[in-house]
Amino acid sequence: MSPILVLVDHHDGVVRKSTTELLTIARRLGDPAAVVIGHGLEKAMGTLAAYGAAVVYDVDAPDIDDYLIVPRAEAMVAVAEKVQPSVILLTSNAKSKEIAAHIAVKLGSGIITDAVDVQPGPDGPITTQSVFAGNYSVQARVTTGTPVITVKPNATTPEESPSSPSIELVEVTFSDLARAVRVTDHAPRERTGRPDLNEAAIIVSGGRGTGGDFGPVEQLADAMGAAVGASRAAVDSGWYPHAFQIGQTGHVVSPQLYVAAGISGAIQHRAGMQTSKTIVAINKDEEAPILQLADFSVVGDLFTVLPQAAEEIKRRQG
Amino acid sequence: MKIVVLCKFVPNAISERRFVEDDFTTDRVGVDGLLSELDEYAVEEAMKIKESGDAQITILTMGPPAAADAVRKALQMGADAGVHVVDDTLRGSDALATSLVLAKALEKIGEYDMVMCGMASTDGEMGVVPAMIAERLGVPHVGYLGDLTVADGQVTGRRDGDAAIEYVASPLPAVVGVTDQINDPRYPSFKGIMAAKKRPVQTWSLADLGVSAEEVGLSAAWTVVDAVAKRPPRSHGEVVTDDGDGGKRLVEFLSSQKFV
Repeated sequence: MSPILVLVDHHDGVVRKSTTELLTIARRLGDPAAVVIGHGLEKAMGTLAAYGAAVVYDVDAPDIDDYLIVPRAEAMVAVAEKVQPSVILLTSNAKSKEIAAHIAVKLGSGIITDAVDVQPGPDGPITTQSVFAGNYSVQARVTTGTPVITVKPNATTPEESPSSPSIELVEVTFSDLARAVRVTDHAPRERTGRPDLNEAAIIVSGGRGTGGDFGPVEQLADAMGAAVGASRAAVDSGWYPHAFQIGQTGHVVSPQLYVAAGISGAIQHRAGMQTSKTIVAINKDEEAPILQLADFSVVGDLFTVLPQAAEEIKRRQG
Repeated sequence: MKIVVLCKFVPNAISERRFVEDDFTTDRVGVDGLLSELDEYAVEEAMKIKESGDAQITILTMGPPAAADAVRKALQMGADAGVHVVDDTLRGSDALATSLVLAKALEKIGEYDMVMCGMASTDGEMGVVPAMIAERLGVPHVGYLGDLTVADGQVTGRRDGDAAIEYVASPLPAVVGVTDQINDPRYPSFKGIMAAKKRPVQTWSLADLGVSAEEVGLSAAWTVVDAVAKRPPRSHGEVVTDDGDGGKRLVEFLSSQKFV
């Protein structure tokens, strides 16, 4: 069986959850082969073996962190030319989507982005995408070349399947163009101690109704071990950092549970959350559009409802 | 400084967006369309460069005849000229064919220091075309800039990445993408609207670009849509009014769904 190439999204060998989801999907389609670019192979091996990588390709590029997209695409293409994979899987995030775009042109292959599901089919993998603000579900396939597919975080539940992957070192000669765009400095996103928005099972979000006070939103989030999100109205008002914006121009999320507090539910926002499994709304206005998609709504003041809920959860947990 | 801004004419998200029934392409004809909101940030950023120094801004779009509206809006914001690639055979083109056509159009435009674009279209939302164009043209690409500075033949800026903020630098010419955090796009002024009427807009066909009809359109797409289904509307769930126990009732619900 020809391998399913997975680009490992990691930071110094700490593998992101979305990669374990890709490996889980890859096992449905064939033999997962993971590509690790940059430092941290040893640390990454534990996770890659736990989630069933059959082979791990180690691209030796000590200065890779000084560069952005193209070297990673060239590395993936070098591995692809060597192993002739039947599918190439990447995470749907800003960086990996750009890498995927370069790979598709270089290999002359069709590309599908933002898949929320990938299943094997008689003519290659069948992807499901959620489009037009989540109002339509689209099934598509790549018909030319090696399918390049980017998959949204949370598309599947990662399942362990221990393996003993072999490691193959791959030498790549990067082009001059690969070194054109330089990363001169970087700053990690501020750590909040809460789960990553794209990977969180539960998200509690606040909007205009918070009036700028996210205290109750954070209180409930912390009681539930949830991530915190914000509507565009709240971000545009400067109440919460843009990195936490949920919506068409922010993060498009689909957690198990989405709690919208003081968010009216403008189409911009709904586009970012309406594929969540369960939606709960707290709003003063019983006419707010968000109530129409919520599985459960409380019409009331979030400043009393959220703290009471947080207290009740703590009480139940003893 | 010569700047080309890539603009897309998209179905308005406020009205109902839909697919053409027999081939699952996005319906771009029977719906209201407009300049993709995220492209306005690229036009605005180009205008800021023009106003702080000197720049000639050309708007480049590919789309059906109505896409001329998107070019006009960008001209009203202050761009100097427009190029509209329009050809019946383009209908249903995938991202790869789109990037091919736009790359050929950029070659025909010739000189440029920057090709600017938004972070994604608001319809397809793939966000891959700029990187594909850069790959085809063999020029550097830096996307997702939340701020940028152009000086000494290079563009530097802050890239708002997924896991980190990166400060990046690229030599020009380059393809440069900006986010919706970079500026507040202007509304066209009355003066701008009047001035736009006099600005030149060229209309190019595929033949003008030396691209064959076999390379574009739905039949040349390297992906195929097998099925499209309208998601069933979410059911309007239980609504309770807070009578002092709203928080507790919320937890009751969460507990019944095993979230607590």
